[in-house]
Amino acid sequence: MDIIALSGINIVYAVASLFLLAAGLSIIFGMMGVINLAHGEFLMLGGFAFVLSVNAGIDFWISMFIVAPLVVMFIGMVMERLIVRHLYGRTVETILATWGVSLFLIGVTSVTLGYQQLGVSAPLGSVEIGDYRIGGYTFFIIGLAFAVLAFLYAILRWSSFGLKARGTMQSASTAATLGVNVGYVYSATFGLGAAISGLAGAAFAPIAGVTPVSGLTYIGKAFITVIAGGPLPLIGTSTASLLLGFINAAVTAISTPVLGEIALLAAAILLLRLLPAGITRRFFRGGL
Amino acid sequence: MKTELTSPAFIAALVIGGAIVFAAPLFLETYDLFNFTVFAIMAMLAISLNFVWGIGGILSLGQALFFGLGGYAYAITAINLGSGWGLLAAIAVPCLFALIVGYVAFYGRISDVYFGVVSLTISLILYNFVNSTSDAFYTIGAARLGGYNGIPSVPPIQAPWAAQPLGFEAMYMLCALTALVFYLGVRLFVRAPFGRVIVAVRENDLRAELLGYDPRYHRLVVFAIGAAMSGLAGAFFAAWGAFIGPETFSVSFAAQAIIWVLFGGLGTLIGPVVGALSVSWFTTWLGEVRLLDPNIALGLLFIISVLLVPNGMVPALRRVLERLRIVKQRADT
Repeated sequence: MDIIALSGINIVYAVASLFLLAAGLSIIFGMMGVINLAHGEFLMLGGFAFVLSVNAGIDFWISMFIVAPLVVMFIGMVMERLIVRHLYGRTVETILATWGVSLFLIGVTSVTLGYQQLGVSAPLGSVEIGDYRIGGYTFFIIGLAFAVLAFLYAILRWSSFGLKARGTMQSASTAATLGVNVGYVYSATFGLGAAISGLAGAAFAPIAGVTPVSGLTYIGKAFITVIAGGPLPLIGTSTASLLLGFINAAVTAISTPVLGEIALLAAAILLLRLLPAGITRRFFRGGL
Repeated sequence: MKTELTSPAFIAALVIGGAIVFAAPLFLETYDLFNFTVFAIMAMLAISLNFVWGIGGILSLGQALFFGLGGYAYAITAINLGSGWGLLAAIAVPCLFALIVGYVAFYGRISDVYFGVVSLTISLILYNFVNSTSDAFYTIGAARLGGYNGIPSVPPIQAPWAAQPLGFEAMYMLCALTALVFYLGVRLFVRAPFGRVIVAVRENDLRAELLGYDPRYHRLVVFAIGAAMSGLAGAFFAAWGAFIGPETFSVSFAAQAIIWVLFGGLGTLIGPVVGALSVSWFTTWLGEVRLLDPNIALGLLFIISVLLVPNGMVPALRRVLERLRIVKQRADT
């Protein structure tokens, strides 16, 4: 019985962490059609901002929810203004330029912060389930994923910014004729995606630690989730996380994490064979 | 086809390329020859990526993974069965892998950008997989995969009739000649009927399909040939350094291959070779002088290439020369 509860929690945790890792990428991809290859480095920078500010004596939760998102949002908006802005509509060039940014950020962080792993210990103790113990932080990650989903849904569905952003996503030129400042919307959307990535990077820093290349361990999963999800950022990413996270956790439970990752990839490729433009091109059209 | 074989440009390329290949050992010291061998191998990878991406229009961001697969296939097979079988495996394994991935992707009609990201993700996951194989459980015959340590003491290439494996000079000749054959082969390919269909599919696959050509099949063939070419380059690389490691699957290596092609000129024939030679030389030099972290340099080069020289150096230089010629003509008249 206990072991069933434990595997259930592990599966929910895998789904939640997949969603958290992919959310920032999916906002930027879904709303703007930009595949940001520097996404892993956004996660990594969020982790570093968090760990460094905790080590500087700032409160754990303030570092996670305020410092890390703001730092990465700032970097993301600078990057949008300097590079991505010149390449809208040219998807392949955007991928290549953001790849350059990714290498550049890895280089800069490894020169300034060195290669050693930085980390802080996870708070919240542990919970006992029968004979097993499970970290309280696991439940925090699960809760955070739901909170991020609700926050993004609310902001895109009900705020005036969300209305403008959705309008711009459907037709930038129509939105512009109706008086929306499209440049501002793009900049803010990119900033929002970057901030969510920064938060996710900070949330995983106590578990996995941070190094200049730790983005690379996350991006494979994040890309595949967003691609399998398709064009709708929230429904797509959450359904894809649900499906792929389940497969990943199930295979990991009976073998190794690496085989779990391979199963995730294989499942996603088979899914793309059936639904070449992702889940939400076929189902849930017109949602968020 | 016939006209291309006798065209002045082709003969000039053949003569100049051949001269460079055969003259280099006369002027270079062993250490430089050793470095030039790896430059030739990188040129092979650049030509194969350009073949898939520039000629075939397939956004194969993870093309370097076939290089890694070829290297590993060679190392494992050569340790067990000898280098001849190793070379065959290094061509066959990446080719088969490309056929499987390509079949799913092209026959599923995955969009270009999705394909690029998926191919990069495959590379990432292979990297994680190979890194996790340090356990003795991952042993194939006499070859241990060795995880992040890679496979050491990969046997050198040996001709079946020879008593000795290839020395430095012969290895250089083999790599440089293969690179030249790749270059001339791609040149002939784009002029051949099949190559013309490939270019048509790249330019407008719907129109090509309406004319009766199956774009899915043509893409698959190009992708498989490109993978075989990259695989052979990987085998030479493993034989050259007597080593193959998981870095060949890393994102930064995949990025390097992309930068060579992009910087030199995507879709041009000589551009990727120029890109591979100049950028590898540049990164080797940076490693020696320790002026700048190579990731920073590659990242900046990447961004600058995309934003400022989107067509690559070779077309840009050609345009400058053309403009100079016009200016000179005007001055003369």
